[in-house]
Amino acid sequence: MEVVIFTAELLQQLDKITSQYEQRRAALLPVLHAVQEDRGFISPESEADVAQYLGIPVVSVHEVVCFYHLFHRQKKGKCHFSVCQTTACALRGAEEIIEHIEKRLNIKSGETTPDGKFSLTRVECLGACETAPVMQNNKEYKGLLNKKMIDELIDRNS
Amino acid sequence: MEKVVTRHFGIENSQRLETYLQHGGYEAARKALKEMTPVAVIEEVKKANLRGLGGAGFPTGMKWSFIPAANPKPKYLVVNGDEGEPGTFKDKYIFERDPHAFIEGVIITCYAIGSHKAYVYIRGEYEKSIHTLRAAIAEAYAKNYLGKAVMGTAFDIDIVVHPGAGAYICGEETALLESLEGKKGFPRLKPPFPAIVGLFGCPTVINNVETIACVGPIIAKGAEWYAKLGCEKNGGNRLFCVSGHVNKPGVYELPNGTTLREIIYDHAGGILNGKQLKAVIPGGISAPLLTPDQIDVKMDFDSLKAIGSMAGSGGIIVMDETTDMVWAAMIAARFYAHESCGQCSPCREGSGWVYRSIKRIYHGEGRMTDLQNLPGIVNNIGGNTICAFGDAVTMSIGSYVTKFRHEFESKIKESLT
Repeated sequence: MEVVIFTAELLQQLDKITSQYEQRRAALLPVLHAVQEDRGFISPESEADVAQYLGIPVVSVHEVVCFYHLFHRQKKGKCHFSVCQTTACALRGAEEIIEHIEKRLNIKSGETTPDGKFSLTRVECLGACETAPVMQNNKEYKGLLNKKMIDELIDRNS
Repeated sequence: MEKVVTRHFGIENSQRLETYLQHGGYEAARKALKEMTPVAVIEEVKKANLRGLGGAGFPTGMKWSFIPAANPKPKYLVVNGDEGEPGTFKDKYIFERDPHAFIEGVIITCYAIGSHKAYVYIRGEYEKSIHTLRAAIAEAYAKNYLGKAVMGTAFDIDIVVHPGAGAYICGEETALLESLEGKKGFPRLKPPFPAIVGLFGCPTVINNVETIACVGPIIAKGAEWYAKLGCEKNGGNRLFCVSGHVNKPGVYELPNGTTLREIIYDHAGGILNGKQLKAVIPGGISAPLLTPDQIDVKMDFDSLKAIGSMAGSGGIIVMDETTDMVWAAMIAARFYAHESCGQCSPCREGSGWVYRSIKRIYHGEGRMTDLQNLPGIVNNIGGNTICAFGDAVTMSIGSYVTKFRHEFESKIKESLT
């Protein structure tokens, strides 16, 4: 069956990924990363597309999307904060940073501002404890956070 | 002190092939492939007393020798770069500062176990590590250090970098295999062990990134040299990751026999703002807490085990005298409740129960029965689950409750008055 669900460019990228694996299904995580990069998040339609592309049941894609928290089932804000809340960051003031973001944006963890510009997620250890408190701003690591840095980021992206 | 894994970290453009070659790069792989048999490589690594640096400390050479040579199926090397244990951030530096030393370790390991394909599983958040390693792999293919008939030998080898997607449990080796096969990260029952039935049902060795990075230097300089750097049954140095309330958080490469006191006070600059030490996690969040009277312990696997903790992943998290230990226990319990994969009931239900109990105590809503129930709940998770995550909850949270019971009691008494 010819697959017409992805753009030619994305399809080429996916074919390159799947060619590296002995079993097609093994490419599921990198394929989902590529689809999310292209479409912003993983919708039920995207799950069906990926299932068709890899030749596996939709439920096998859906349960994986739900299991791994780097896959988003809703659109995130243009400027997304993933702030670490685990021990090393907590000891260096992560909670104050999270509260400051919540107050500035008037949202809680897991929410997006109504204008779609910002979103916030509390995450567990990002593996950058030497720069605690740390977050990923979209995909970029930003460490040694303080309230001023947060203010500047919010002002710049407002 | 002689550096091993971090020996190139200070050099400009250390991630490039050209730089690596200027410093003797790929000579160890050449030596292994051209002058040594696979068995001789395994024997050398055994003699070096190299132990698994992901946290378990299993002798690496012995692990390799479990791969059945006569099995006709393909054999795989899977490298665990999931690095999710809170307090641990060393593998990232290896990927970003010396990717070719890592690749060279992969080549030698694959040769030793008879594998022609390696998968490197890197946590999805580490975009820079993934990018840097992929660039280095492309350089290595271009110069025939990877691919078909490498370096003029008959040996073929391919490496695939596989990004994870944000699940702590995938650092558990069989969950990692499931994840690599495109499934949820549910740990597998053992036996069968991965050496017999691993990736795609084939014999598989799973090693940590730092372990692999030690292989090249061992082949280049010999087992005796490497063994002597460390202590007794724990050869070489280790990358210690220090974070929390210290003046100089970071990664320190030190001999295995270094004491925790030396690491905190001599290397990491002592406690922040001149405060006193209250507690320290010596090997990632799952290692039981140590108190200030215990920090003269040597940081090798056996010494830490002897005092009831563990060397784990080398992640040292320091807490000063102002730390509220009920709060710290709550943070750790929240982590476990969030990251339990949900496969086994004792862990899925127990981790949430533990978190809610401690949270109640911290917020002044606790009762003495909460504290009385905690050891029972905690002790019924460990040993009753498929993987070691359950044991980690038991050991970690148990140590807060045991060693700082008075803080839990006083919180409850305050809330009752």
